[in-house]
Parts: sequence; structure tokens; C-alpha cells
Amino acid sequence: MSATGLPAATGGAFDPAAAARGWRPPPLIATPWLRYAVYLGALAYALLAFSSIEVNWTRAAEGVERAGRFLGGFFPPDFITKGDDILAGLLESLTMTVVSTGIGIILSIPVALGASRNLAPLPVYLACRGLIAISRTFQEIIIAIVFVAMVGFGPLAGTLTLAFATIGFMAKLIAEDIEDIQASQAEAVRATGASWFQLLAWGVLPQVRPRLIGLSAYRLDINFRESAVLGLVGAGGIGDTLNTSFDRYEFDTAAAVLIVIIVIVLACEYASGFIRRKVQ
Amino acid sequence: MAILTRADGTPDWRRRTPRADLLVWAGWFGAVALTVACFQFISDRTIWAFVWDAPAQGADLVGRMFPPRWSYASQLWKPLLDTINMATIGTALAIVIGVPLAFLAAHNTTPSRLLVRPAVLFIIVASRSINSLIWALILVIILGPGILAGIMAIALRSVGFIAKLLYEAIEEIDATQVEAVTATGASRPQVLGWAIVPQVMPAFAGISVFRWDINIREATVLGLVGAGGIGMQMQASINVLAWPQVTTIFILILATVLVSEWLSARVRHAVI
Repeated sequence: MSATGLPAATGGAFDPAAAARGWRPPPLIATPWLRYAVYLGALAYALLAFSSIEVNWTRAAEGVERAGRFLGGFFPPDFITKGDDILAGLLESLTMTVVSTGIGIILSIPVALGASRNLAPLPVYLACRGLIAISRTFQEIIIAIVFVAMVGFGPLAGTLTLAFATIGFMAKLIAEDIEDIQASQAEAVRATGASWFQLLAWGVLPQVRPRLIGLSAYRLDINFRESAVLGLVGAGGIGDTLNTSFDRYEFDTAAAVLIVIIVIVLACEYASGFIRRKVQ
Repeated sequence: MAILTRADGTPDWRRRTPRADLLVWAGWFGAVALTVACFQFISDRTIWAFVWDAPAQGADLVGRMFPPRWSYASQLWKPLLDTINMATIGTALAIVIGVPLAFLAAHNTTPSRLLVRPAVLFIIVASRSINSLIWALILVIILGPGILAGIMAIALRSVGFIAKLLYEAIEEIDATQVEAVTATGASRPQVLGWAIVPQVMPAFAGISVFRWDINIREATVLGLVGAGGIGMQMQASINVLAWPQVTTIFILILATVLVSEWLSARVRHAVI
């Protein structure tokens, strides 16, 4: 059988049924040796990785029973007893989200302009790309630890963390969009004698605006989700409430907090999806 | 407000109607007012004396962080390997659970749009809205501290991510191919295998590698709540204020993440 799936022309009539049975869809990785190397490597890795895990199975088995009690503690969720704490944490999370997204977007725009190869000279480009790389590499939590060490416990540390993370995220994606704009439009604006800022306002901004708005809405959504965990390291928000309730074994309150988070994330997701559909 | 006027002052061209101008202005005003009000709220809860002190604190911190204690790196290889294993096994587990969920959630492959689809969508949203750190926090209580809790936390968070992106890809497939395979008299599993799966395969590979890349980052911090990996060493070092060790850990994390990002970008370029 040849590679095309047709029977070799050594004699006999063409048999469509046999050809159909003989045909196989092309594999995802075309090169055979690479394909088998990937399979073998994956298998070897899986064996090694599983053998390296030290699992305390007796502890895990105990955990099953523990899980029952633990999940039992979740029900019914208690919104009332610690209602004030939940509300305060939630308010803190929401304000952190709004402020950090605002500051982050404002700061990310100049960084994005600097990180676009078609607008910025090379030294500026490299500096901005470096900043983006640092902001994107470290988890929010790690950055929050540093900010908490610097400005003390509380929502300000969380706000700064989220703003910093927003810069990396927005600037990278906006810069990619700016690099993809139609050069002819920018050139037409430049040909009228426009200054650099006029070029941005009339040649670049109209082309990237839908994506800018869409990404901002998306980032608002992400920032809320992240603000829910920053409390674990003392950076304020509803994560603080959650962490406290776990520490005090008040699992019914923890369940309430988790439900509040899920509901708000859902609402944020719908809202940001709606905005993105509207502008794109 | 962009308005061009003639020499005698009558407007010649304007970008928006006066009403639209007013609306845009009101929108900006509202957004700025909300941000300022929110900042006021945060500012009330901030001890500003600490903040004014921050540059000094920051300089002090940097002074204590450098030079990094390289000798500490020899104790970090095992936790680092654990971190990578956690991310990889967690991703694999999430793929195993997430792929069937995606097919149950996509409206063109779901067995029941009324019952199954909403239930699966709820699972996906619940998995996605809870950060892996919170999953880890819960799982450490159930399974005890260690790498197993980390793997499960990564898996539970990634299930929603993989399922969501994959079901969106399934919904966007080319319907004509499905129709063509159906027209040959293929059964439902055959349609799935020959018309739908080949179309979403590249998206699937891209999503999996992308999530793996994200999971490497997330696995580095799960140790903060006791779920194994290099985060445990980080937590221990921070607790004893051994900042030179923390710097060593940061540099290792940076290197690992850069390598994983490069690898995932390569794979995504190859398949898309």
C-alpha cells in the first residue's frame, strides 16, 4: 500500500472499499522518528515523574474520611455570622480591582507604545520588553509578597501588585496589536504633517481601540479573580476573609465566601464578554 | 471634542454629535469618579507612614536580597523538579477530565442541551473561578501537605480552562465536513472521530501546551499553602527572612518560566 492510500498498481481492479479501509488520517506530528521520540519521551517522563512522587497513601486515605467531614462543614454555607467580614472583604476586593485596573491600563499604554517595534527606537523597545517579561514571569502572589514587605499589609499592596501585573499583560497584547496595524493608515496620517502624538491619536488609536477596550474588560475580570487570593499573603481583599475563615475552621463561612467569589466571577465574565462582543 | 470650523466660526465638521460628545464625557467622568472613590476607600485602610517609608524599605530589601546565596541552589533541584512534575502531571490529569467535559459542553456535540450542557458549564465555571491557590488550600486540608495536593489543585483549576477553550473550538468547527461524513452514513462516534476530532486537534495541542506553561508558573507558588514544590522552600526562606535564598529561588523560577514559555511558544508555532 502506497502512502496515498491507493493499492499498488501490480494488477487487479481498483478496490474502493479496500482503499477506504486502508486509509488513515495523517498523524499530528508528520515526521515518524520525531513522533515516536515524543511518545517514548512522554512515556519515560510519566514513569519517572510518578515514581518520584512521594505520596503518603495512609494520610490520603484518611483524607477521604476527612473530606467527608470537611465538605460536610461546608454545608449549609453561612452568610450571616461573619456577614460583615465578608462584605468588608468583598468591598476591598472590588475597590482593589477597579483602582488597579485603572492605574494598570493608564501605565500600560506608554509601555505598550515603547514595546512596539514600529513606533519605538531599539533601546526603548528593549527596556519595555524587559519590564513586560518581568511582570509576566512572576505570579501575582510573589509580587504581592514583595509589595507587602515594602508598603505593609493591606489593600494598597494588593492594588500595586495587580496594577503591576496588569501592565505586563496589557502592554504585551496591545504592543502585538500595534505592531500589526495597517502601516498605510499611519503613513497617510504622517503625510499630512501630523506630529507623533497626532499620529498616535488618528493613525494608531482608532485601529487598536476595539482590542484595547476588550482587553481592559478581560483584565478587570482577571484582576477580581486574582484579588481573591492576594489576601493569603496579607495583601487585602476577600482572600483575607477566606484565609481567616479557614484558619478558624469556620468552613461554613469559607463556603459562603467561595460562593460569593464564584457568583461575582460569573457576573464579571458575562459583563466582560458582553463588552467584548459589543466592541469587536 | 474634535470640531473643524470655517473662517467665520460656523462648524464645518464634527466627529460626534453633541449628544454623543456628552455621553462620552459622562462615561469618562463616571469612570474617573469611581476610581477615585475606590482609591479613597483603599487609602482609608492604608497606613501611609509605611508607604512613605517604602523607598527606604525597598532599598533595604534589595540590599538584603543581593547577592543571592548560590550555594542554596543545591537544595533546590529536587523541589524544582517536583514543581515541574506537579505542573505536568496536573495538566495531563486535567486533559483527561477536561476533554470529555468539552465534548459534553459544546452545543454541537452535547448529548443533551437541556440537562447535560448547563451542568457541565457550571462545573467549568466553578473550576475556573477558584484560583489554584484556593484549590490547594482546600486540598491540603483534605489530602495533607505535599505534592499530591498540588497536582490535584493544578488539575482542578485547569479542567475548566481546557474544557472552556476546547468547547469553544468545537463549536467553531466547519460544519460542512461534519455533514460530509454524516452523509456517508457514519454513526455518531464515527462522525466524532473523523469529522470533529481532526478539526480541533491543533487547537487542543495549543491549549494543552499553553495551560502547561501557565501551570509551571502557578506551581511555583502552590508551596506557599503547603502543596509542595519550590514554593515551600520560598515560604520557609521568607519566614526566616533569608532574603538571599529568596533571590536564588526567584532567579530559578525566572529561568524555569522563561524556558517553559519558549518551549510552549515553539510547540504552538509548530501546530498552528
